[in-house]
Amino acid sequence: MRRQTPGLRPSRVRTDVRLIFVTLLALMIATAIGLGATWMTATRGTDFGTLTIGAWVARPKTGTPDVDPYSSATIARSGELPIGAGDGVSFLATTDDHKRPLDGRCDVAVSGVTPAARFWTLTLYDRKGHLVANSLQRYGFTSEEVIRGSDGSFEIRMASRARAGNWLPTGGIERYTLMLRLYDTPVGVATRTPRDAPMPQISTVGCP
Amino acid sequence: MIRLLFAIVAGVLLGGVVHLVSVLALPRIADNDAYSRLEPLTKLNAVSPLPPADPGNTLMPYLDPAFATAVCRYDLSGGPIKLTVPVSQAYTSVSFYTRSDVAYYAINDRSAGRKVIELNLMTEAQHADLPEDEDVTAADRLIIDSPTTTGLILLKALAPEPSLMPQAQAALAAANCKVQTEPQVAKQADPPRSRR
Repeated sequence: MRRQTPGLRPSRVRTDVRLIFVTLLALMIATAIGLGATWMTATRGTDFGTLTIGAWVARPKTGTPDVDPYSSATIARSGELPIGAGDGVSFLATTDDHKRPLDGRCDVAVSGVTPAARFWTLTLYDRKGHLVANSLQRYGFTSEEVIRGSDGSFEIRMASRARAGNWLPTGGIERYTLMLRLYDTPVGVATRTPRDAPMPQISTVGCP
Repeated sequence: MIRLLFAIVAGVLLGGVVHLVSVLALPRIADNDAYSRLEPLTKLNAVSPLPPADPGNTLMPYLDPAFATAVCRYDLSGGPIKLTVPVSQAYTSVSFYTRSDVAYYAINDRSAGRKVIELNLMTEAQHADLPEDEDVTAADRLIIDSPTTTGLILLKALAPEPSLMPQAQAALAAANCKVQTEPQVAKQADPPRSRR
């Protein structure tokens, strides 16, 4: 419409150019912020519906149809299949109880008791969720094979060199994650407090 | 100056919209999600065993190495699916995922309560089409409604010790997942029974 008016004045042209510039700038900011925030949340995850007990973090709702959109996006990006709520629940730890990142060159102990469950497995992964190669081909422990004390408690030692008892080799990688999965367990969406789910402690015993 | 401020405010607001839309769209447009990764490895409407979880296997992250796993990738457009999984010694579970990897149902051997987990998977429309009588007689038959026509069924059997892995794999190898074509026939052939 505007273009049809004869004799376009210079000031009008300048306004148009400014308007285009402002619009472009707004769109650029929108793209950067929008996609940036999506990438951040889909990569790192969010705190929606998380259950944190000590260093352990679980998202029981990811195993139900009520999964939040952020978790859905994370799952779609990582390519994992979340454990279904009728199957069990998974707890992930990337640090010890004192917020110190899990270091494969150090000795780390996971000890104590686990919540009620028919079976559990503890597995060591690198930060991408892949198993770490070692000559023993031991990537984790199940509740059946772990060696326990007389009171039923256990200690699993993560270290790069062989240790007595329950030794889980780290392969000496700098950062790793631990996943504790409980199968056929009452722990889940309704769990709120550490009293419902007494998780084992994680402590860094020593570093070379 | 005011225009610049306007551009920034508008950009931030619009950015919020872009963020929300992209988060909601991501599961639909993702081409590297679990379903897409499993598609070339698995047969449709049949049980395909997955390679064991080891450091060389980067198929999917966070696989539990203590389990033998198999997948039935399903498409219900040809009719409901009947799934039978013999229970292994330790622990067996069956989890159902939609096309966009939402875990909508999972059951384990104990809640199934038998030596064999037996399930019928169908869409809600197919469930509604079932003859009413069949629902009554099949009270002990487990019917699962799938929210999507396609999806994944993940079968898992625990090997409590590495030496028991062959047994867990054998249990899954005997599992069966196939399209059921009888109901349509049975509907016409069987005279309506009056069991109540």
